[in-house]
Amino acid sequence: MATAFSTAKFSTQPFPLNPTSTTSHDSSIVFARPTSQFLGSTRKFRLTSSSKFNLSRRSKTVVAVSDVVKQKKSKSSPSLLITKEEGLDLYEDMVLGRAFEDMCAQMYYRGKMFGFVHLYNGQEAVSTGFIKLLKQQDSVVSTYRDHVHALSKGVPARAVMSELFGKTTGCCRGQGGSMHMFSREHNLLGGFAFIGEGIPVATGAAFTSKYKREVLKEADCDHVTLAFFGDGTCNNGQFFECLNMAALWKLPIVFVVENNLWAIGMSHLRATSDPHIYKKGPAFGMPGIHVDGMDVLKVREVAKEAIGRARRGEGPTLVECETYRFRGHSLADPDELRDPAEKARYAARDPITALKKYLIENSLASEAELKTIEKKIDEVVEDAVEFADESPVPSRSQLLENVFADPKGFGIGPDGRYRCEDPKFTEGTAHV
Amino acid sequence: MLAIARQRILGQSFQKIRPAVSVLRSYSSAAKQITVREALNSALDEEMSADPKVFLMGEEVGEYQGAYKITKGLLEKYGPERVLDTPITEAGFTGIGVGAAYYGLKPVVEFMTFNFSMQAIDHIINSAAKSNYMSAGQISVPIVFRGPNGAAAGVGAQHSQCYASWYASCPGLKVLSPYNSEDARGLLKAAIRDPDPVVFLENELLYGESFPVSDEVLDSSFCIPIGKAKIEREGKDVTITAFSKMVGYALKAAEILEKDGIHAEVINLRSIRPLDRSTINASVRKTNRLVTVEEGFPQHGVGAEICASVVEESFAYLDAPVERIAGADVPMPYAANLERMAVPQIEDIVRAARRACYRSVPLAAAA
Repeated sequence: MATAFSTAKFSTQPFPLNPTSTTSHDSSIVFARPTSQFLGSTRKFRLTSSSKFNLSRRSKTVVAVSDVVKQKKSKSSPSLLITKEEGLDLYEDMVLGRAFEDMCAQMYYRGKMFGFVHLYNGQEAVSTGFIKLLKQQDSVVSTYRDHVHALSKGVPARAVMSELFGKTTGCCRGQGGSMHMFSREHNLLGGFAFIGEGIPVATGAAFTSKYKREVLKEADCDHVTLAFFGDGTCNNGQFFECLNMAALWKLPIVFVVENNLWAIGMSHLRATSDPHIYKKGPAFGMPGIHVDGMDVLKVREVAKEAIGRARRGEGPTLVECETYRFRGHSLADPDELRDPAEKARYAARDPITALKKYLIENSLASEAELKTIEKKIDEVVEDAVEFADESPVPSRSQLLENVFADPKGFGIGPDGRYRCEDPKFTEGTAHV
Repeated sequence: MLAIARQRILGQSFQKIRPAVSVLRSYSSAAKQITVREALNSALDEEMSADPKVFLMGEEVGEYQGAYKITKGLLEKYGPERVLDTPITEAGFTGIGVGAAYYGLKPVVEFMTFNFSMQAIDHIINSAAKSNYMSAGQISVPIVFRGPNGAAAGVGAQHSQCYASWYASCPGLKVLSPYNSEDARGLLKAAIRDPDPVVFLENELLYGESFPVSDEVLDSSFCIPIGKAKIEREGKDVTITAFSKMVGYALKAAEILEKDGIHAEVINLRSIRPLDRSTINASVRKTNRLVTVEEGFPQHGVGAEICASVVEESFAYLDAPVERIAGADVPMPYAANLERMAVPQIEDIVRAARRACYRSVPLAAAA
């Protein structure tokens, strides 16, 4: 039903769509390529490696970037995109993300995890491709689909799993939950349930970075912020407000759109007047780039450019990663609206399998080494589950803790003194 | 009456030269009079100069010198990096302020009126108020949201709502509402220094009013503790609680009641969240009667919370039912006479206090 809708919609659009033609002049116009993918199941899927970058040529400010990327991508180039260590690092991170999320699903169905759980299967290339390029002081702001962002940023798997189980050893002592992962140490600034809520917060963190450099004169402060959000968010007012202000004040931020084509059951095409999200960047004065989000190496190349731009003080970038989530929106989502053929097509482009193939074909790693990594990750995840299982639930007194940084916020008790001074009120107020 | 007040405010704002605090300090003997506007301006100025992490953000705070001239002179003094004129994007710039606060800066976000804060309320509540809790203390949000709240003069329904009870119902926020210049200075300084999100509700009609202040108030380290109410006038017959502009009305009502022999105790709440329940209850236990006054809508308002608190803690001490004065339960009308009826007036407070005092008739003949 949804796909029939999208077909009808596209046929009335004024774009020069000509999906079945590859050789006409239309092929140099970008839309030839994306329509086939966006319409998903009703069109034949065609992979031509160069047309991808034609997309980015549409926005004139990104020609340089896409050209750079295109040069690096061509198979005839002798130099590889990554070294062996980098390759294994990327592989390990993606496998960790996948194994962790699969374990989450298992634990949820066993009743150990509860509430809303949104899994990231299939999108690992975006998280790994971007976050692995960051320093510890750079910050990441995410949405409710944040487990893998937390893991990539360096939050230990144990802490994330305990948080999901609601135990006091979780990264937020069990007070946040699946959708609210925060880590001061790793500069993971959440974990927001409302879509679009994280974008202004990320813009603020980028603002702080610039403020620290220019006003507080911390000359070496070049921290970059990444804001991750989805296709549905790109119709939200806050997204546009922040594109405007980030470009206006030239903030060191990269807006990363994880376009997985579906917002719960709402297809991106049914919800958006112009489905090409990367085009919205140049409208605000920043480059807009489209990249294949199922290929971690391509994502990494684009990320290098975008993060480098931000670090040098050249301002924000909007990166649209075309990706897909293999599971439903959340574990409660029956996922009936998506066409199985579309899912199969994307499953064939699994980023982990693609990287594995690349590593082996380019002799960067052997099967055995990759198997060792997988085994290691399995152990890490098992250990995380065990740790979380054995951890204690939060004590009763923890209910009233951490509401305020300054505990006097609870006001004055009946005896006229500040409530927080009453030892009975709560044990260990403002404990961290 | 309101129209004249308006004219006086505008007149004063053009007359007053931007005073540095030191100028006022040179007169050491007499009690000085400063307007609430000057009090807020000087508080912002001092806090910005003391801590380079404090910065201002809002519509028209810079080149326009502030929509109500509260931030006058600050752009010239601190530059455009610390006094930011934002586009008209409440949700966006409030979120940016919260993000900056996450990362260690101390933003003071101005809403032109708190009605516009509804566009940004998601960030005030979800990103700011709840973050310290959700992150288990890792991420505190030292941000201040300030701006005029409540009814002004003839501005219509969408510009006149009082948000005290909305924000005060949310854990994780501190909600302050100053009345006079001393309150304005002390509470704003305390709010900026506070490590938690603070909603600072001012009142447009009070900006131009002058109040006497002592030297202590003008000192740059003057702060008022958050969570403590002030007894503006001592009395023994009835307690009247109020905040913001209604404190002025309550004081005038108390003078009228004095002539009838009713000695009213007026409490200036100052802090709506946390509410100073102990002061209110102690006062009610002394006077045995309570009248709560507020400008906002009556249902689920501040008065309702005070009434519930008193009933829970001091029920045996009440000699009369609690009287609740609030704005009319309608969106604010525009016509001047209707507006006058929709907002509490001094006569309403006097009537309610009299009702509270005569309501109790001894069942048996008392000595």
